[in-house]
Formats: sequence, C-alpha cells, structure tokens
Amino acid sequence: MSPADAPPPLVELVNVAKTFDVSPPWLNRLLEHKRRALLRAVNGVDLAIVRGETFGLVGESGCGKSTVARLIVGLYRPTRGEIRYEGKRIDRAGAAPALRRNMQMIFQDPYASLNPRWRVSDIIAEPLRAHPDQVSAGRHALEARVGALLEQVGLAAADGAKYPHQFSGGQRQRISIARALAGKPAFLVCDEPTSALDVSVQAQVLNLMRSLQRELGLTFLFISHNLAVVHHIADRVAVMYLGRIVERAPTKPLFARPRHPYTRMLLDAVPDLELSGKSRTAVAGEVPNPLAPPPGCAFHPRCPHANERCRREVPRLKPVTGAVADVACHAVEEGRIANRL
Amino acid sequence: MASVAAPSRFAAWWNSDLAYSFRHAPVAVVSAVVLAICLGGALFAPWVAPHNPFDLATLNLLDALTPPHGFAGAKPEYLLGTDDQGRDLLSAIMFGTRISLLIGVAAVALAVALGVSLGLVAGYAGGRLDAFIMRAADVQLSFPAILIALLIDGIARAVLPRSAHGDVALVVLILAIGVSNWPQYARTVRGSTLVEKNKEYVQAARVIGISPSAIVFRHLLPNVLGPVLVIATINVATAILIEATLSFLGVGVPPTRPSLGTLIRVGQDFLFSGEWWITIFPGAALVIMVLAINLLGDWLRDALNPKLR
Amino acid sequence: MSAAGTPLLAVEGLRVEFPTRHGTLVAVDGVSLEIAPGEVLGVVGESGAGKSLTGAAIIGLIDPPGRIGAGEVKLDGRRIDNLPPEAMRRVRGREIGAVFQDPLTSLNPLYTIGRQLVETITTHLELSPREAKRRALQLLTEVGIPAPERRFHHYPHQFSGGMRQRVVIALALAAKPKLIIADEPTTALDVSIQAQIIALLKGLCREHGAAVMLITHDMGVIAETADRVCVMYAGRVVEVGPVTDVIHHPQHPYTKGLMGSIPSIVAEREQLAQIDGVMPRLNAIPAGCAFHPRCPHAFDRCRRERPELLRLGPTRAACWLLLR
Repeated sequence: MSPADAPPPLVELVNVAKTFDVSPPWLNRLLEHKRRALLRAVNGVDLAIVRGETFGLVGESGCGKSTVARLIVGLYRPTRGEIRYEGKRIDRAGAAPALRRNMQMIFQDPYASLNPRWRVSDIIAEPLRAHPDQVSAGRHALEARVGALLEQVGLAAADGAKYPHQFSGGQRQRISIARALAGKPAFLVCDEPTSALDVSVQAQVLNLMRSLQRELGLTFLFISHNLAVVHHIADRVAVMYLGRIVERAPTKPLFARPRHPYTRMLLDAVPDLELSGKSRTAVAGEVPNPLAPPPGCAFHPRCPHANERCRREVPRLKPVTGAVADVACHAVEEGRIANRL
Repeated sequence: MASVAAPSRFAAWWNSDLAYSFRHAPVAVVSAVVLAICLGGALFAPWVAPHNPFDLATLNLLDALTPPHGFAGAKPEYLLGTDDQGRDLLSAIMFGTRISLLIGVAAVALAVALGVSLGLVAGYAGGRLDAFIMRAADVQLSFPAILIALLIDGIARAVLPRSAHGDVALVVLILAIGVSNWPQYARTVRGSTLVEKNKEYVQAARVIGISPSAIVFRHLLPNVLGPVLVIATINVATAILIEATLSFLGVGVPPTRPSLGTLIRVGQDFLFSGEWWITIFPGAALVIMVLAINLLGDWLRDALNPKLR
Repeated sequence: MSAAGTPLLAVEGLRVEFPTRHGTLVAVDGVSLEIAPGEVLGVVGESGAGKSLTGAAIIGLIDPPGRIGAGEVKLDGRRIDNLPPEAMRRVRGREIGAVFQDPLTSLNPLYTIGRQLVETITTHLELSPREAKRRALQLLTEVGIPAPERRFHHYPHQFSGGMRQRVVIALALAAKPKLIIADEPTTALDVSIQAQIIALLKGLCREHGAAVMLITHDMGVIAETADRVCVMYAGRVVEVGPVTDVIHHPQHPYTKGLMGSIPSIVAEREQLAQIDGVMPRLNAIPAGCAFHPRCPHAFDRCRRERPELLRLGPTRAACWLLLR
C-alpha cells in the first residue's frame, strides 16, 4: 500500500522526544562536581496509528514505551515534536481538551489504578460527572449507564456498590476498562494491561478487549514487554530500544522475519511452549544505562554485526526494500545481515 | 455460603476487624469507658453537676475550704470538698474539664485543618511551594509549642484592650495551640501525598481531565487521612496539657471560668497549708483523662496499622 | 514417577494452614511430590495456588500464624519439617539453597556481596577465610560476573537486576546444597535477561549436581528448564508428569485450559481459550474437586468427592474423568 492510499492516521507522533532532567540539586553539583544528568527517555519517535487497528509497542524496561503512552494522553508534555489527533495538534498546553477526551488510558497495576476509598460506581462515573453529556445527565441516567458499562465488561450492575478491594486483579482491570469506556473514547492507550495478571485471567481480559474493539470500533495502542501477547493481539508492531524505534512492521511479518538484530535477539529469548527444545543463542549483555547511552547505535555493544559506522552514526528508521517493514539498522541497510530463513 | 439476609450495617461494623480488635483489647475498652465518663460529665455538666460553681449567688463563703468526703469536717453536699471561695470542687472539675476539652478539641481541629491542607498542597504541588511550606514547618518545629503559644498570647494581650481579654482568651488559646501544632500533620500528610500522587488512580484522574484541586481533595485526601486520625487523638491530650500549662502559668483562661490548669494553679497556694484537695483532685482528673486518651490513641494506631494486622 | 532409589526430596500430604478468627484457612491441602537427585521439578500455578507456600514450608520459612498442619517433608529420607529452628538453620543453606523473586531484597544492602558470600560459605563449610574467598571468587566467575576480584567489594546497589540475581544464585550454590528452591527467579527481570538467568540456573545446577524445585507461573520457563512439572490449583496438585507430556497432552481440564490460554509467538489463535471464573478464595474452596465450578465437564462425583492423583500413562491427574 503506498503512502498515498493509506488511510489518514487517527493518532500521529512526529519526531517526538521527551527528556527528563534528573540532575542532582544545584548545591550537590557545585560541591561534589557532579554534572547535569539528562534522561532522554524518548528520543525521536515517529508513529502513525490508523483508526480501528491495534498497534503494539514492545520493548524492555527503560526503552521509553511507557513514556510514549503518557506523552500521548497528556500526562507529560513532549520536549520536542508534535502529537496529533485526527490531524490536529494536541501536545501544546491547553490544546483542545475536547479532543483529549477521545482518548483514555488503561494502566498496568490493577491494585493502584482504582482509588481504594471510592465505590466502583463512583470510579466508573467519574468521567461522566466530569464531562456530562446529554445521555448521562441526571442521577438515574448516570446509574443506568454505569450499570450498562459494568455488564459490558462482564461484571454485574450490582457490583457498583462494592469497593475495589472486594475484587480480584482481573475484575479490577475490567473495572478500569469500564471507566475508560465511560466517556465513549475512540482511542485507548493500554499500558501493560495484563502484565500483572495470571495467564488464564489475562486470556479473559484480552478476549474482552478484542470483542469490545469489534463492538465499539475502538483503536488500541497496546504496550507490553510480553511478545506473545503482542503477537496475539496487535495488527502492527513497533520495537523500541533506549528511546528509539528500531523496527516497525505488521505483526506476522515481524515475528516471522525479524530484521533488526535486537528484535531477533528478543524473539530468540522468549521461552515458548511450541519451540521448547530448539537450540537458541542467549542474548549477551544488558540494557545500558539510559543516562549514558552508547554513541551511535545504542545497541552496538551487544550486536554481533556492529561495525565502525554503527559506533559513530545513529541509524535512522528506513523502509526495507521489498517489504512493509521499517528498520533502523546500518547492517540491514548495507545488506550485511543474511535474512533469516 | 450464602446468608439468608445481608447483615445490617451495624452488624457489619460490629464484626469488622476494628471493632473486634477493640472488644478484645481490655486497655482500649477501659480507656474508652473512662473517657466516656469524663466526656459525659463535661458535656452534661450544666445539668449533672451538683452545684454551679460560677453562679456567685449560690456560693457560700462559710463553706469555703471544706475537706472532701471521708475527712473530718466534710459536708455531705460537697463530695470532693470546696476551694477558698466556697466552690464545689467536683462541679468545678466538671466545668473545668468542659473548657479544657473544648480548647483541646478545637485546637486540634484547627491544627488538622491547617496542617492537612498545607501538607496536601506541598506534596502535590512540589517544587518551590513545597520547599517553602516545609521550611516554614521546620522553623516552627524548632520552637517549643509553649513558647509559640506564649508568643501569640502575648501579642494578643498587647494588641487588644484589657476589657476584651476575658472574651477572646478562649479564641486566642485555641489559635495559639492550634497554630503551634500544624507542622506534624503537614509533614505526615506530605509524605503520604508524595506516595499516593504517583499511583495510577491519580494518573487516571488526570487523564480524565479532573482539576488538580478536585484530585487533591476528592482523591488524595481520603487516602492520606489514616495516620492523621491517630496523631490527632494523642494530640488532643497534648493540647489539653499545653492549655493546662498556660493556665497554670497565668496566661491561659481567666480565673473566673477556670479550666483544670487554673484550678491546679489556684490550689497550689493551698497545698502546704493543708488544703491539699484543691490541687490534687483537678490534677488527678487531668492525668486520668490524658492517660485514657493516650492509651486509646495507642490502641488505635496499632489497630489501624496494616502491617501489624 | 517411580524413583530409582530414595528421592532427594519427598513431600507427603503437606498441609499449610492459617488460623484466623473466622476459622482456619487451608492454603496448601494435602500436597505430595518428589524430586529425584539432580532433577528439575517445575511447580506451576496461578496466584493463590499455594506454590510459594509449598516452597516456604519445605525450607521452613512459614511465618506465624501460618503453620504446617499436617504431612511430612523428608530430605534424603530424614524428616526436616519437625526440626528445631537451630537444626533447620543448618539444613537451610547447607543442604537446601534458595533463590527468591526479588534480588533487591534477597541481598543485604549494607554489606558487600563478597562479604555475604564468604559469610555463607564459612557458616556451612569448614574452610579458612582465604579458601572461602577463593571459592567465592570462583562462584562469581561461574555465574558470569565479569571482573570478580573488583566486584567482590561492591555493594548490591551497584549491580543491575540481572547481575544481582546472578549473585543470589551464587549465594544459593555457595555451600554446595543438594536442592535449590527457586521461587519466581526470573519474573522481575527483562525478557532477554530472563533467558540468560534460566540458562545459567539450569547449567550450573546440572554441573553441581543439585536438584531444583522451580516455582513459577510462567509455563514457558518450565518448558525450557524442567524435567517434570507439577500443576497446582487452590492448594492442591492437579496434575504431575514429564514436561512434554503435561504441556502437549494435558489430562486435567484446568491444565488444558491453562495451556490453551497462553498466547504464543508462533501459533495463530483467533480467541484464547478462556476458563470462566476465578480461582476460589481460601475461605470459599468448593467441596469435592476444587475446580468443579469452573469445569466444563464436571459431573456428580466431582461435586461430592475430592479426586486423588490417578495415573494415565506417564502423567498423573486428579480428575474423576480419567476413570470414565
């Protein structure tokens, strides 16, 4: 599909960066001769999420995927770059709060994402009370809507009177989903929504999310470190490493033919039930300190294909000839890596 | 196992962990009973007290310095004896407790309101505002509470005309004790706020678009109040003691409507001339009440501590 | 599985209970398992299944008011569940080593790791301090810590998560135990580090001849590492057998549901298999088979009688369906 035919993206990130100043206090810097420390959590990310799709964002801890999530929903403001919703910018201060209401977020920790002192019905009704529309004005209409939402996520309307601690982890995530859906958003950012859940509960929640997506026409940005989950639920995937996207492709091609060395290593590292017993190369090294990233390509210290250029020059995300994947790797660009069969 | 009917709210509360713990802690039960008696006596003093010690018409100077029941020269209607003006000591203690409790509870309420608000604001806003509030708290904590109370009281006396002293003495006292106690609440609440504000339910509220003040008072406040309750309980006891000290020093409530502290001070003059009961009984009442509050507060702190459960 | 000779670890009818004012809660109910010398047994289950408590009971680390209500734990034929605390302390470390989930709290932040290693070694082995240090350095090299002489004097906070976990493994192996109990050793680590640590644990234990009881909720890790696997549900063992058999031919409906609900990076599944409902809370465990309310094949006997482990080929499963 050429860019001209592609449908306009619902959510777009253009060269977005976020830098945190984690320097020690000024007095300490003076007395202990410490330098300023800047954490480049997100370092030039381009994303285009199409309406109706599930876009997966994977990476290990410290890669910046959670920061990307929070930048999109407005919990952080980007240091650089633009974030657009339906083509309009939303990253500037005070920009179109009405547009922001079209996106909601589901968090990782089911125990910390619900206020323990509030009743479930109040938790779900909060977006409705904050921005009342014609449907939910009035107490009875509000109650009815909360009950309907609870049933939509697989709970009972009577559960609204209870407190969060009376529910299990999976049920709390359902309540979070109900709260996120209350304002009828079009776009949901899901930050590791099933990482804290047991496998069978995870299956329930993923199935629920899938059916809700079909029913309500939702678009998901699904962030996870669990590659198997992303493989199951995402249409397209981007792999992040130390604040940059290293590979971006539709799901099946990415998992079948990973190109970037990091993606290959990551897929190799996942213990999989179907593949147990096959010989695998263990991954070398660890993720470097994000405060002092290696020069050039951040992955070069762990990469078996690194050369001089990799140590100097940061690779840019470029399309691979003859495929729909984008890869940021000199070795791939130069054809030095044999494609996996 | 399904129950036939859902338990009533009272039954649910009675069976809750807190009520169960209370029922099984003899110290807590005894303290609560003692405190209830003190509170009852103080609250209903105008109706329950055998005499009205402030109605000058009923005072009989001939009855002055009567010893308490069981000692030579005691009169049956004055159970604990009388002071030098013929005031029944039991009634004076009941009315005095009333004033002490009023000042204690009001001062703590003021300290809680001030301290919790400042703590929430400091914790949530962070940055310079946080630093400023905390430095103010630090400065205040380096002064003893009595000193601050004396300071405020002194300023009030200097500023207001003499005649107004009696009327505003109560308010000034409450202000003085309350203002000197806010830092401990602010610090505790700030610490809890710093922890809670990073939790995901606060982030979820921000994503929904809730205003910061609504987040602070509707989301954070209920979750940081736990330790405040325990501190406040024990603080009532300290506030009463501070007031007693101030009254003892002569800068508290005026002697026409004496609190327990005033009674103790007045009685001190008679201690060595043999009329010991004028100072001992108010003193004992003060100690018993403060002890009961402290013990109850201790139990509450242990009962509410999730780590000990 | 019939062990040729005495099993290294034999747990029979273990019961761990917690007395509360609402009655006694049974968290581990009649669990029996065996580990042969040098074998890796995976104990898998979801949260609340009682697998961590089983490990804690074996090593004697159940905190009061929890207690072992019934059953026996035998190491090399000797009972260890009823030992006095002092004797149990000697067993712990010398014969049974432990690796826990959070490397941050497993290491004392106030001492260098070298000191902690040497302390463990000299407590359990008769070695002079110099020999102990030599052994400690050797262990650090074995677990893959680069520049061990320098790192010997570093504090835990100076290591990354994966490195810390390697140190914890070194500590566990320090006194040459025969059995290592690893409770979620890789859950807190990144995917690429997980693979390294699993490979390390497996390789080292094989080299040292130590058996491993690997407790985890991650079936993939079990598939990689274990020889046999034991599936737990609501404090009971529901299936046990060789790893390939349990994973590819599960007998118990719970195991079947569990396998079906795990997403794969290779296989395509439209809908993940879903087990409706949740694991029962400790105060509401159903009578008969604990799984029957959620089981699509439950029949009358399941509701009345609790099934024992019945054999079908190489695996055993606690399910009345096997008799039909």
